Amino acid sequence: MSAFSRLRLDGVSRRFGGQAALTELDLTIEAGEFIALLGPSGCGKSTALNCLAGLLPLTAGSIWQDERRIDTLPPERRGFGMVFQSYALFPHLTVRANIAFGLRMRRLPKEETRRRTAEALRLVRLEEHVDKLPGQLSGGQQQRVAIARAVVFEPSLVLMDEPLSNLDAKLRLEMRTEIRRLHQSLGLTTVYVTHDQEEALSLADRLVVLREGRVQQVGSPRELHTRPANWHVADFMGYRNLWRGRVTRVDDAVVTAESAGQRLLGEAVGDLRTGAEAVLAVRPEDIRVDGAGETRNALSATVEVVEYQGRELAAEARTDTGLLLHLRTERRIAPGDQVKLAVDPRRLLVYPDGPAHRPEDQGATR
Amino acid sequence: MATTTEAPPIRPPDTTRRRRRIAARPAAWIVWGVVVFFFLNLLGVVASVLVSSFGQSWFDTWLPDGYTTSWYARAWDEFALLSVIVVTLEVSVLVVGLSLLIGVPAAYALARRSFPGKRLVFLVFLLPILMPPITYGIPLATVLYKFGLAGNMSGVVLANLVPSVPFVILTMTPFIEQIDPRIESAARMCGAGLRTVFLRVLTPLLVPGILAAAILVLVRTVGMFELTFLTAGPDSQTLVVALYYSMSASGIRAQQSVDAMAVIYTSMMLVLLVVALRYVNPTQLVAQVKDEPEH
Amino acid sequence: MSGAGPDRPLAHWRHRLAERGVDRQLWLLVPALVFVVALFVYPFCYGLTLSFQPTNGGPFSDYARFFSDAYERGTIWITLRIALPAALLNVLAAVPIAYRMRGRFRGKRLVTTVLVVPITLGTVLTAQGLLNFLGPTGWFNRILLATHLVDEPVRLTHNYWGVFFSLVITGFPFAFLLVLSYLSGIDPTLERAAATLGADWRRRFTQVTLPLLMPGLATTFCLTFVLAFSVFPSAVLVGNPAGETRVISLAAYQAAYERYDYPYASAIAMIMGFVELVIIAVVLAARSRFYTGSTGGKG
Repeated sequence: MSAFSRLRLDGVSRRFGGQAALTELDLTIEAGEFIALLGPSGCGKSTALNCLAGLLPLTAGSIWQDERRIDTLPPERRGFGMVFQSYALFPHLTVRANIAFGLRMRRLPKEETRRRTAEALRLVRLEEHVDKLPGQLSGGQQQRVAIARAVVFEPSLVLMDEPLSNLDAKLRLEMRTEIRRLHQSLGLTTVYVTHDQEEALSLADRLVVLREGRVQQVGSPRELHTRPANWHVADFMGYRNLWRGRVTRVDDAVVTAESAGQRLLGEAVGDLRTGAEAVLAVRPEDIRVDGAGETRNALSATVEVVEYQGRELAAEARTDTGLLLHLRTERRIAPGDQVKLAVDPRRLLVYPDGPAHRPEDQGATR
Repeated sequence: MATTTEAPPIRPPDTTRRRRRIAARPAAWIVWGVVVFFFLNLLGVVASVLVSSFGQSWFDTWLPDGYTTSWYARAWDEFALLSVIVVTLEVSVLVVGLSLLIGVPAAYALARRSFPGKRLVFLVFLLPILMPPITYGIPLATVLYKFGLAGNMSGVVLANLVPSVPFVILTMTPFIEQIDPRIESAARMCGAGLRTVFLRVLTPLLVPGILAAAILVLVRTVGMFELTFLTAGPDSQTLVVALYYSMSASGIRAQQSVDAMAVIYTSMMLVLLVVALRYVNPTQLVAQVKDEPEH
Repeated sequence: MSGAGPDRPLAHWRHRLAERGVDRQLWLLVPALVFVVALFVYPFCYGLTLSFQPTNGGPFSDYARFFSDAYERGTIWITLRIALPAALLNVLAAVPIAYRMRGRFRGKRLVTTVLVVPITLGTVLTAQGLLNFLGPTGWFNRILLATHLVDEPVRLTHNYWGVFFSLVITGFPFAFLLVLSYLSGIDPTLERAAATLGADWRRRFTQVTLPLLMPGLATTFCLTFVLAFSVFPSAVLVGNPAGETRVISLAAYQAAYERYDYPYASAIAMIMGFVELVIIAVVLAARSRFYTGSTGGKG
């Protein structure tokens, strides 16, 4: 129950009747860390969280809290707190009773229960709603109750399962700051599950990207943002331009690749040889529209679709050779415009492709 | 499922549509005519028993010659109704209590878990409801007599539990399914063990469902004829079985006193029904089909 | 606790069981399972074996006895002749009425409440009421005579019709409420969508609502049929238990409680269960040919 200095997941796997949901997750969590499990829906991130919580028994592997094996303990004896996507507040209990629930389970003295509940209420700024039932609260307030309930008994680890996904965009940003603030002020060790890369990048100290139950990459927000380990992670991290192509030349880390008749220069991520199949990845915001004077990676294209997005425009353009580009620009452009585009070779990542890197055949270009 | 004490979901009254429905379309008139005819006959069936039970003598006329309440006193004495009613209540309370105790945990497991053989288990629970009571009642009574359990109250209770336990399971399973399992997970993450989850979190949430299941089992047990008939001894007859015996032996006793007994039975059932309908939807008295889920 | 040593095989088993969804919570099922096995499955098997151990003759002689005696054999036909038409009528009459009443209108709850009354009254009281109401001097015949529709009282009790009416009175509300709940489970916007595509009400019903309702109708028919098939008190009280309404449950009862021939009674009960399950199986097989998924509505 007490605090730990290190939590170790060792080959944690979960299968559902022959279907693998999570395969061999190895992860070490240091005390005080904020870790985000990130991935598209069905990638196994919630499975991992539930295994860690003890709500889902493992089908292989083990979990160690320092030198103590905990994966055989029922959830109530692990001493973790958890925030659920649907909040899962007890509908028949008031806000106060919801928050005090964990303390009452631990049979703390009445006075201390009262004091700590009041403290948690103040922390999430819900003092004036203490006697309401969850059904009488707004989504954001319910979420704050759920968070208070999970942290009030000072758990050694807080698990959060997409806690913000039921909130509207404005509230989501507010709560994000709130969660980060709580993490910093209480020094809680947190594992946070989300499918929103922006959320994960802004909150976490370390990110774990999962895909089809397997870890794709573990790293800091910066590492994930600038250097995804493979094109699946790149796809997930906002590299909307993914072009399938072939390597024509390799100069150490700089490779030349050809995609849809365009010759492009980029940085190799992984092992690439001349003639190998490759996937080229660029973020829309890394395509420059004022690329008239540029000699490297210059493309001329016709604008096809334009979406207004406030200060910026998101646009789709196509080169004469048929390469489709997603880009963002502050320039006023309109469908039918001819534009000169350029990509910085350091921002264009080239990944190996082919059967070994593609578990199931899915198109890389979108 | 509308098993809560709340009224069915309220919608803004749509007066224009209601008007149109009653508009004079021939098909509508035929349908309403059939319904009214059915209700008139139903009324006739119930009222003729009621009138007869208060009639002094009633032969070949529209209404009895005079009215009296003396048949009730006679029925009360002749059929020893007090003890019969006490037996009926005892049996019902025992059946309700036991079937809830056995059925609710099973309903929970069925609602929350998937495991190999779940369909088979479900089928086994469904069969006692699908089978005519006489079919399994005769072998069941034979077995109970063999172990000396029939012919007394324990036999009646055991036999009535056979359809009641599955009934509780089938009523409660959808009710439990609609409670977010993460509420239980949340309780466990707060440090509550399985027993605490059941007592502190689930039970308060399940009260409406348990109440509904209890009242449904009660109505069914009081009305259950076949199984009680097959297993009851002279001292363990419920009201409906006593009524059957007095009816099949009519001729010995005055018709009106049998009618009086029938009225007593009817009013008992109607009281139960009025109570039941405060907690459940009429459809639920028939089957476990969800009528108007709340959300 | 340490990962090595005696803990390993245990954890291995736990992992294997966890994959199949087996854990401690399944103990909650045990009391109910024990109960059903002890009081339903075991008696049923006991009855089955007993039926093969007749008081005299070989293992099948009780079955042979039943089928060779026309008086006994006929009970199957008698039961089906009462139960099938009654169940069919109840379901078929319920459809148009429920279809008309599926919307919301004032007094709907009253209508459904009144309909529940005969179900809760049960067969015994219904029988008593029918005897009074439909009897030769009852109100029904009086009205017919007074309006000169008939010249002498119609005999409606102590024969086939008495039993049939009692099955309709208890069975129709049952079928109606079920059909109504199935109907309100069908999303009403589906019919509106069909209307925008140019379907008149008849085609909306036959092409959209009815196909979605069919599985529910099949289930309703099964449940109504089960009720009608086990007709016992009404067959004795308002029927003619020695002749045209000597149903199979009565034959089983007489064998057990009048002749104390339990093996023979068990044999009849088994035949009864078998016949009923065959009919249900046929209906359910037909049901599986329809779309049985979500009907989009609040059901």
